[in-house]
Amino acid sequence: MRDKEKNLDQEMTEETVSELEQWSPAKITRRKRFVKDVRVNWQLYLMVVVPVAYYILFRYVPMFGNILAFRKYQSGGSIFGTGAPSFKYFGQFITSKPFWQAFSNTLILNGLYLIVRFPLTLIFALLLNEIRNLHWKKFVQTVSYLPHFISMVIVCGMIKELLSTSGPINALIASWGGEKIPFISLAQWFRSIFVVSGVWQSLGWGTILYLAAMTGINPSLYEAATVDGASHFQKVMHVTIPCILPTIATLLILDIGGLVGSGGAFEKVFLLGNPMTAETSEIVSTYVFHMGVESGSYNLATAIGLFEGLINLILLTCANLVSRKVAKTSLW
Amino acid sequence: MSKSEQSSPEFKEIHIHNPKNKIKESKGYKVFTFFNTLIMIFIAFVTLYPFLYLVSQSFTSEQAIYAGHTGLIPEGFNIKTYIYVVTRNDYEFLKYYLNTIIYTLIGTVLSLFFSCMLAYPLSKTKLKINKILSPFVIFTMYFGGGLIANYVLMLKLELKNSMWGFILPMLISTYYVILMRSFFMSIPKDLEEAGEIDGLNKFGVFWHIARPLSTPIIATMTLFYAVMYWNNWFNAKLYLQDKAKWPVAYFLQTIIRGAGASDPDAQQMSANIKSCAMVLTVLPIICVYPAIQKYYVQGMMLGGVKE
Repeated sequence: MRDKEKNLDQEMTEETVSELEQWSPAKITRRKRFVKDVRVNWQLYLMVVVPVAYYILFRYVPMFGNILAFRKYQSGGSIFGTGAPSFKYFGQFITSKPFWQAFSNTLILNGLYLIVRFPLTLIFALLLNEIRNLHWKKFVQTVSYLPHFISMVIVCGMIKELLSTSGPINALIASWGGEKIPFISLAQWFRSIFVVSGVWQSLGWGTILYLAAMTGINPSLYEAATVDGASHFQKVMHVTIPCILPTIATLLILDIGGLVGSGGAFEKVFLLGNPMTAETSEIVSTYVFHMGVESGSYNLATAIGLFEGLINLILLTCANLVSRKVAKTSLW
Repeated sequence: MSKSEQSSPEFKEIHIHNPKNKIKESKGYKVFTFFNTLIMIFIAFVTLYPFLYLVSQSFTSEQAIYAGHTGLIPEGFNIKTYIYVVTRNDYEFLKYYLNTIIYTLIGTVLSLFFSCMLAYPLSKTKLKINKILSPFVIFTMYFGGGLIANYVLMLKLELKNSMWGFILPMLISTYYVILMRSFFMSIPKDLEEAGEIDGLNKFGVFWHIARPLSTPIIATMTLFYAVMYWNNWFNAKLYLQDKAKWPVAYFLQTIIRGAGASDPDAQQMSANIKSCAMVLTVLPIICVYPAIQKYYVQGMMLGGVKE
């Protein structure tokens, strides 16, 4: 690949030399090359026209719509707002207590979830990898993927049924002589419910990429370890884990980048949270929804959303940098 | 090299990772295998338990529900609740179900088509425009417009209360496009070049050569997109005020939420009714996803996590 680029550079300089007399030759050749590329591959260019239009309208226009964080929006008016830009909406939420409450809730919920889920997924993948009976392995995998495909509405519906005062968990507590607990309406239970149900839903699916990485490991490495007298556990520690380290690093970057973001958390918090649990369950994205769509404070909500998005981008970039230094893998 | 290995006493253990070889294993490893199996049984059970519980509740009689039935075996087995759920309010449930089917079919076909249209050219690394197009597409994964800007745009486009308001916001998923692109990249270039020499144009190469070789990724994407449309309720909440256009997932959300729902009966709905509705909604997914497991495992493998 790099060689090709070098060749191209060389070609370009040669052409540049040959066209020395012309005005700004490098520019012209580049344009010529592009025109030639379009002429040869016009059908490929034609293919991307509609998707590119889609990306502009449904991805980039809203991205620039973030300007609503600075300019006043009038119902039915321009989606880029009107009037002079100002930072007053940022001032409004930066000094508001509910916002910081939501911000810390987001960090705590996502952080706890990451800390619990990440090692469990890795361990589950390693254990799955040790199963010798392929039918049994496939069965466990199929079953563990199931929750990934289920709508959050149903997942939350099930959680509510299981945890209701007439549900099986409370029946179990009662049979041990305990008091029934109305889990769903108690703020102190929200985080545990969020984390446990999240692990339930993502454990199996999270192993796919690890297992894929493990099948790619060269068997001769295991053979060499065996010859050196390594035990099974030592092989896992010194062969499997180092070989899948790039995958672990990449997944960790993505997770850290999502710490402030709402990602999958929004739907679940929106469906499970209620006014009684708001002190632990209100996160930034649900706050944005309540402020914007429900209360109609579009500007304020956009400002908060933009703030969240930027922090996310910064976190992801930092995690990416660290990973590039430490694990020699990065997203870009 | 191989000769010396064969004569060495460790030879037998060399193939220890081959599952077909039955070799004496250490005691510790046997104990580990035993506990590993127990852990797997536990995980499988815990994963399935909520579903089994739902199914059990859906077949349990209303009296048993009120008496506090919580077992996995239905008490007073009957299918009356199912009949009630389906026929209630003039076959309301079926109408929502039909909406979901329509949205899923149209959405999945369009999504697949346009994702291919984008992913295939993106997979041609030599194409000049990809220097701009790749970052243009990938950047949207890391930064976006946020809820309000999207909402305001949809209001402006007057897509509220239309099927397109439900489908268009999720028409092309960047992550899925990247997965498809990685797959298309793995198709041998020689085959495509041979097609061109035989007189196919670029469309022809895509349609007659790349597409038939891409069954795994196309099957995977069909599943992923279909599941995405089938499960979505939030776009309906934002953009579909007209009850006649609701998909079933959003209807479920209103009956599960209960109090404050726009449906007055919802508050009194008992557990078995909710369970029936949930079972009916989940059923198609449970039937479909194991069938194409080998495809999506392969598709995810090739796609990797990069980008």
